[in-house]
Amino acid sequence: MSEDASYMRQSIIPVRLRSVDPAVAIAFGCIILLLLGGSIYSSNFLSPDYLLQQLKVASFLGVIATGMMMVILLGQIDLSVPWVVTAGAMMACAATAYGTAGSIVAIPFGILCGAAIGAFNGAAVAYLRIPSMIITLATNAVVQGLMVVYTGGFAPQDAASPAMRFLATGYLIPAIPNGVLVWLVTGILTVFLLTRTTFGRSLYAIGNRERAAYMSGIDTRRITLLAFVISGALSALGGVLLAGYASKASQSMGDAYLLPSIAAVVLGGTHVLGGKGSYLGTVAGVILITLLQSILSVMQIEEAGRQLIYGAVIVCMLLLYGRQKLA
Amino acid sequence: MSAKSPSDWRFWYVQHKGTLLAAALFLVMFVIYVSNHPAGFTPNVVQTASKKATLLAFVAMAQCFVVITAGIDLSAGMILILCNCLASWLVVGTPLQTGLGIVAVLLTGLACGLLNGLIIIFGRLQPIVTTIATSAIFFGLALLLRPTPGGSVNEDLADAFTSKLFGIFPTSLIVLALTILIIWVPFSRSVLGRAAYAAGSSENAAYMSGMPIKRAKLAAYALAGLLSAIGGLYLTFFSYTGEAAFASGNAYTLYSIAAVVLGGVSLAGGKGSAIGAVFGALAFRTIGDLLFVFDLDPLWQPLFQGIVLMAAISIGCIGLARVRNRLEWFQ
Repeated sequence: MSEDASYMRQSIIPVRLRSVDPAVAIAFGCIILLLLGGSIYSSNFLSPDYLLQQLKVASFLGVIATGMMMVILLGQIDLSVPWVVTAGAMMACAATAYGTAGSIVAIPFGILCGAAIGAFNGAAVAYLRIPSMIITLATNAVVQGLMVVYTGGFAPQDAASPAMRFLATGYLIPAIPNGVLVWLVTGILTVFLLTRTTFGRSLYAIGNRERAAYMSGIDTRRITLLAFVISGALSALGGVLLAGYASKASQSMGDAYLLPSIAAVVLGGTHVLGGKGSYLGTVAGVILITLLQSILSVMQIEEAGRQLIYGAVIVCMLLLYGRQKLA
Repeated sequence: MSAKSPSDWRFWYVQHKGTLLAAALFLVMFVIYVSNHPAGFTPNVVQTASKKATLLAFVAMAQCFVVITAGIDLSAGMILILCNCLASWLVVGTPLQTGLGIVAVLLTGLACGLLNGLIIIFGRLQPIVTTIATSAIFFGLALLLRPTPGGSVNEDLADAFTSKLFGIFPTSLIVLALTILIIWVPFSRSVLGRAAYAAGSSENAAYMSGMPIKRAKLAAYALAGLLSAIGGLYLTFFSYTGEAAFASGNAYTLYSIAAVVLGGVSLAGGKGSAIGAVFGALAFRTIGDLLFVFDLDPLWQPLFQGIVLMAAISIGCIGLARVRNRLEWFQ
């Protein structure tokens, strides 16, 4: 299957299109199919209002998946997303309680907390060589414990500041929600980082073979640490946006983002063992998952059916293009 | 067991170091727990403790089968939930109906595991993403069966499986031990089990030596499904109902990974045993109970559990100090 695809790519498709990852193309194709299929059910699916609303919802997952993608490119994984998202949201809301000064530092403070947790993860993975799957799982448990102790089992100061609400739901430019703008800025920065800086190149190099990257003089440990810091910070930013959107922080608000963020990154053609993938693919994966969830819920399919279709679609799409080469 | 020379013993020790450490960790924690428990070391205390631990022990054992082949099963918790919901429909009525129900539930678990294995091995997909996707499917099925919590179970049977044998031994622990004897011991000593270990430690080398890697992996995933199903049955015996609870399914998956790590099973594959995983699960549950006997605020329980987990896995990185060649960091 994969051999056929690569053969075809070399022979039939013109040179310019050859660099397009088939995974990204298939993902975007599926998005269009979903929209067309939805429009048969109701013409609202093609209206600009609906599409912008979907982009707004997708922006939360988009920001979180961006961080996840950096870590996956390294060949690691970040399972601490659920409670880093929650911690970012809760800490930002908590800072709001301390008057005007608190409100001003709320957003940076939330992101900083996420970055600190990310730094801890990164240090453990890079310098202590603990497998990322274990240490991020443990971090998740510890952060959960800290948040439960902090909130005393209920939410003390949980209202989002006006700035957070503006960041998530306001309109700086007419018609385009700020959440989408945040995602756009994050995305542009990420594309720049991944394609134009030594940091980005090093990420791919480490993901392909850390040993070789180390031998060619890359400080692989520093890069790994940085990638985890970015992942933590972006998860917390996602949490801040979510808190602004729901105008409060609550426990377990981040639970729904771990598996979709991994799925979005992988559906976008990023290799789950690292070293290969483009940001465009992640964007496609995020939009695909958000649209799929939205269309299924608009069609009033029950939660059970939604989960079934959601899982089946991911498996089928991966079988289309995510298969490993034969040994 | 025949007489062993000292070098044999050293080999045995190195091979089982993880399992022995897990057992020691559990024993220390359990002794602290019991000696501080107001009731002391009585069958009732042991029964309550084993009740909480058995469920996790089954899922951890399931996780262990897959982890040994260097895979991971993130759908183990959802298979448990699915089987819990199924059991709350089927394991009722006359003894014959109940028996058929149990067989059906176990076969369902086996089928779920088989599905995972087929997709991963013949679809050549990564275990992480595959089991994430199938866990959504299993949870969807569970929700179809039980949109709201409810159902019932044959209570005589449930009581028989959760009470004490001869008034001393908790039945759940005996079933756990029997499961190890019937499923794990034959598997780990069979050609398939050896091939599973070999595939975990070096798949290429195992392939070159002509070991049945595909069949071994498939068997590991299928048996993992079966073990999760036994866990699901036990959940039904304890709770008398079926509930499609998303959060608890996820928690079982994550805790099973933690238990496996505590039990000395290497996530890189090829190392560890299901017995270690079971001790890991028992130790992990005892951590939670320790707080209870020390009269701490239950609010602190998640934090305490997290810190002990983190301390336990940090012990694993002590070996780093002994690495002479830096290149060995990058395996």
